[in-house]
Amino acid sequence: MSRGELLQPGILSCQGCGAALAMKLAMMGLGKRTIVVIPACCWTIILGVYPYSALQVPVIHVPFETAAVVASGVRAALDMRGEKDVEVMAWAGDGGTFDIGLQALSGAAERNDDILYVCYDNEAYMNTGIQRSSATPIGAWTTTTPAGSLKKEPKKDLEKIMMGHSIPYLATLSVAYPDDAVKKFRRARTIRGTKFLHILSPCPPGWRIDPSQSIRTARLATLSNVFPLYEVVDGKLELSLIPEKTVPVKEYLECQGRFKGITPEMEDLLQRNVDRKWEELLAEAEKERQALS
Amino acid sequence: MKRVIKGNHAVSQGVRLSRVKVISAYPITPQTTIVEELSEICASGSLDAKFIKVESEHSAMAAVVGASTAGVRSFTATSSQGLLLMHEVLHWAAGARLPIVLANVNRAVAPGWNIWADQTDSLSQRDTGWVQIYCESNQEVLDSVIMAYRLAEEVRVPVMLTYDAFFLSHTSEIVDVPEIEEVDSFLPPYEPELKLDVEAPLAFGGLMSPDLYYEGRYTQHRDTMRVLEVYPRVCMEFQRVFGRKYDIVEEYRTGDAELVVVTAGTITSVSRIAVDAMRAKGKPVGLVKLRIFRPVPAEVWRSVLGRFPKVVVIDRNLTAGLGGVFASEIRSVLYSLEERPKVYPVVAGLGGRDVTPRDLEGIIEAALGREDPGSEPLFWGLKE
Repeated sequence: MSRGELLQPGILSCQGCGAALAMKLAMMGLGKRTIVVIPACCWTIILGVYPYSALQVPVIHVPFETAAVVASGVRAALDMRGEKDVEVMAWAGDGGTFDIGLQALSGAAERNDDILYVCYDNEAYMNTGIQRSSATPIGAWTTTTPAGSLKKEPKKDLEKIMMGHSIPYLATLSVAYPDDAVKKFRRARTIRGTKFLHILSPCPPGWRIDPSQSIRTARLATLSNVFPLYEVVDGKLELSLIPEKTVPVKEYLECQGRFKGITPEMEDLLQRNVDRKWEELLAEAEKERQALS
Repeated sequence: MKRVIKGNHAVSQGVRLSRVKVISAYPITPQTTIVEELSEICASGSLDAKFIKVESEHSAMAAVVGASTAGVRSFTATSSQGLLLMHEVLHWAAGARLPIVLANVNRAVAPGWNIWADQTDSLSQRDTGWVQIYCESNQEVLDSVIMAYRLAEEVRVPVMLTYDAFFLSHTSEIVDVPEIEEVDSFLPPYEPELKLDVEAPLAFGGLMSPDLYYEGRYTQHRDTMRVLEVYPRVCMEFQRVFGRKYDIVEEYRTGDAELVVVTAGTITSVSRIAVDAMRAKGKPVGLVKLRIFRPVPAEVWRSVLGRFPKVVVIDRNLTAGLGGVFASEIRSVLYSLEERPKVYPVVAGLGGRDVTPRDLEGIIEAALGREDPGSEPLFWGLKE
């Protein structure tokens, strides 16, 4: 990171942290007329200890379950102050989004409040030491899904839940595809209403990977269709990337220590779920393509 | 202009007159008609404000935390379970030193479900760092909203004003509704020194190490105590503009009293009648009405209550395993006096149970006839 960027050196993340890179990309896409709302999450720590802050934009830290609605409150105040060009970004982990913060997020999305909600997803409660969240995939080890009791339930399909709110913009992003990510942050900024961005953020300690492997792991998630990249603008879905050659889910799982104990049955189930979801996405994208032509 | 309005509408008119910029609230009985009238006030344009209609009270308080940090005057209202749901964010608002005003309609806490008057809801929030103002009449409710913003913004501490469910919330009284220009002369626009501002970026509410957190909390305590200096001045200025007088406590027929009843909320009005009746019988009794609670006005309580041999404290609230909150706190404040009054703790009227002037006379008679108040409260009117 170089001087002059909105995310400055001195952050307290682990090496290879996907969430740290995700914020850098967000700031590149959004620019300095942005206010960031951060609930309890790794970023509470990463940003720095009072009186220091690594972000060169205003930040408000808030209770765990309130990121979306505090953003709504800030938005309302900015509108009253006539600062309509300032973007308000709620920046929460998967726990604060899929679980404890879902009610407030749903409320803001239903009201279509003009906020940008970003979930940086490392697929567990990493800040408290790797406990399962409803974003944790099947077969993953965490400290609350230990060996012999690996997570059996599929990851919650948050995109479907969010699209159920008819929000104007939703997109999935990955730190392995920075140009695509920055483009999506830029695009979100131009849209009024609730924007939901879901960015996959590998966590080296939680995923049991070497810090040097974060980007590669994230790329494999997309190339195996475990985490496909797409955008939904006003209900119309467009895939951002169709892998030339899809990688088997097994390859993605094998590069991480957290899936070491996964059973062949779980692996099959995971592959089937991924295939079905991908077929759904392809069909939806094709429908949109035909409607356009 | 004098109008006949309900307690809840006294709140919404107070909010309009205070030129609040962001309102966020969730409906709950018996607060609901505040939300309804504020919706109309905002929709009609008679108040230039954003009203965020949220999905829970927890979110209502969080939304005004965001709005207030972004530098605009913010308001919410709730009651009972709703206030309890806000609990976490109440701490946040006070710790972040945000001058938010909250109207809480005092209502009992479930189970069993009960929508009637009881102060256990607000008193159970006494450790959140909010100033609490207890109101006796609809006029007091309206005036308290306006005064609450003056106080909150000067000391940078959130203020909760409370009043009894149905006895005030849904009861109409004559209220002098001031002109907004008059209120403008008393309540200046809110211009905080620090706010979320892209031209001057700051981080609010971040991680604080043991090295600093303790001092932060001390500062919050010290400034909260400042309310006891600032509030009387706010009251004096309010009286100068509007002609109505308020104070930290209010005394009634205490001149030569040998026993005083201490009340907060609408039982005060009932107690006035009882005091008059007792005086007519030649009994030297008076009344002290509590208005501010948190901060505890210890010096005021000592100098006022310390003058009487017997102090009967009526609590329309209960902390199970102790008794009433006011009695317990008053007793602890009076402990440092060399000559301590005897404190008679009484719990009455929980869950909206009617407390009549005759009940008050009975309570006073019981205290007059008993030299040892004991430590266990008198649960007045308990059915066998």
